[in-house]
Amino acid sequence: MLYQKVATGSITAAGLSIPVIPSTWTFRDLLGAVGVRFNRNRMNYAVQPGLYAAGKPDKDSPVLVSANYKLSFDTLRKNLTGQNVWITVLDTKGINVWCAAGKGTFGTDELVKQVKDTGLEQIVNHRKLIVPQLGAPGIAAHLVEQQTGFKVVYGPVKAKHIPAFLNKRKLPPDFRKVRFPFFDRLILTALEFTTGLKYVIPVLAFFFLFSGIQNRQFDMANWWRFGIYSVVVLFLGFLSGAVLTPALLPYIPGRAFVFKGFITNIVVLILLNLFSVLQIFNILDLIALGCTGSAIAAFFAMNFTGASTYTSLSGVKKEMRYAVPLEIVLFAAGVILWLVGRLV
Amino acid sequence: MFFWQKPNGKNAGTDMFGLRYLKNVTTLKTYPGKCTGCGVCTLVCPQQILKLQDKKILVIDKDGCMECGACQRNCEFDAIRVRAGVGCAAAVIQGALKKTEPACGCSCSGEKASSCCG
Repeated sequence: MLYQKVATGSITAAGLSIPVIPSTWTFRDLLGAVGVRFNRNRMNYAVQPGLYAAGKPDKDSPVLVSANYKLSFDTLRKNLTGQNVWITVLDTKGINVWCAAGKGTFGTDELVKQVKDTGLEQIVNHRKLIVPQLGAPGIAAHLVEQQTGFKVVYGPVKAKHIPAFLNKRKLPPDFRKVRFPFFDRLILTALEFTTGLKYVIPVLAFFFLFSGIQNRQFDMANWWRFGIYSVVVLFLGFLSGAVLTPALLPYIPGRAFVFKGFITNIVVLILLNLFSVLQIFNILDLIALGCTGSAIAAFFAMNFTGASTYTSLSGVKKEMRYAVPLEIVLFAAGVILWLVGRLV
Repeated sequence: MFFWQKPNGKNAGTDMFGLRYLKNVTTLKTYPGKCTGCGVCTLVCPQQILKLQDKKILVIDKDGCMECGACQRNCEFDAIRVRAGVGCAAAVIQGALKKTEPACGCSCSGEKASSCCG
């Protein structure tokens, strides 16, 4: 993996040269952050693992632990203005703390390895590591202490709470609870949209191409009369699942994501009908579009379970057991009905 | 409360229908007999569904569990167990296709995943 450059200088501690990172973002950092949200360079957006310095840390300065996904690292350092700390960056293969902890790359073994490899024992006098709380699924605090002598202290969930945590200022009472507010959900829809689009476009193209045929006769005028509207209906199905459902998550009834996506699309179709968009279609075409559109909406809503902050594996499996067959049947039924409406 | 406002206070995270997932699915199990009351599980739980009562582990909101496994991993005394995993449909699909446990196939195996955490 090619690492992104973040250090702007270096300091010497215990005879070692340690890169110093600023707490400010350059325009490049911002572009990179926006880019990965749209899947640009996302799987290759990492910094070199190892030890870093923020400010002018000394032998008594706290040690923070982070992942080597650059967006995680940048979010951390942005919140370190005026702090003097060491940062131990684990090799999580460019994945954020929580996901990497879930798969074990942000884990006990890697933390022990980094502590030993970077010579942290010589660099600081104390024996305390501040690990992000969301790293806990991968880190066994007691084992880290056994193997390195360093005691793991779990810091806050959000990087923005780190200054208050370090300076023992008052933190919100729920700083250990993961939230999933509107803007966090909205940001993640960008990725859902960008990654989903390449699967949806061929489907839209298929419906558009065949819309040219009416009563077994091809006429290009049908593309403009029916094709465009069929694309709009299906695209709204995609938007319902990939954008609307995530953004409006707590306002949509139901618990299963599939269900939320499905009914969001139904509501969108009802609204479309109020604006008389659907009247140009006959009942068969309408059912075809409804089936395929809802299947797309349900699928992308289901896909958002991975981005959400509160779904369990058992729950997702339970939901998928009925949802995946249902989505396949609905999708196929829509495609077949669309063909039947034209060719039979 | 309007949807763009940050929830806080009593109704935090539970606005309207709330961010609540399926009921009665979690594999979380506690063994209070082994619990020494150190409380590390109550700290690491990202849903804050664990509490100590009379110095023993108590699950206060079982359906809130997302099976991340933080509590189990950090329990020195084996007093809490859960089949940990990622609640991610894309990972379940990947796992089913490759006939492995649910796993995101992101960069660690050097391949491009269609959708995964990052």
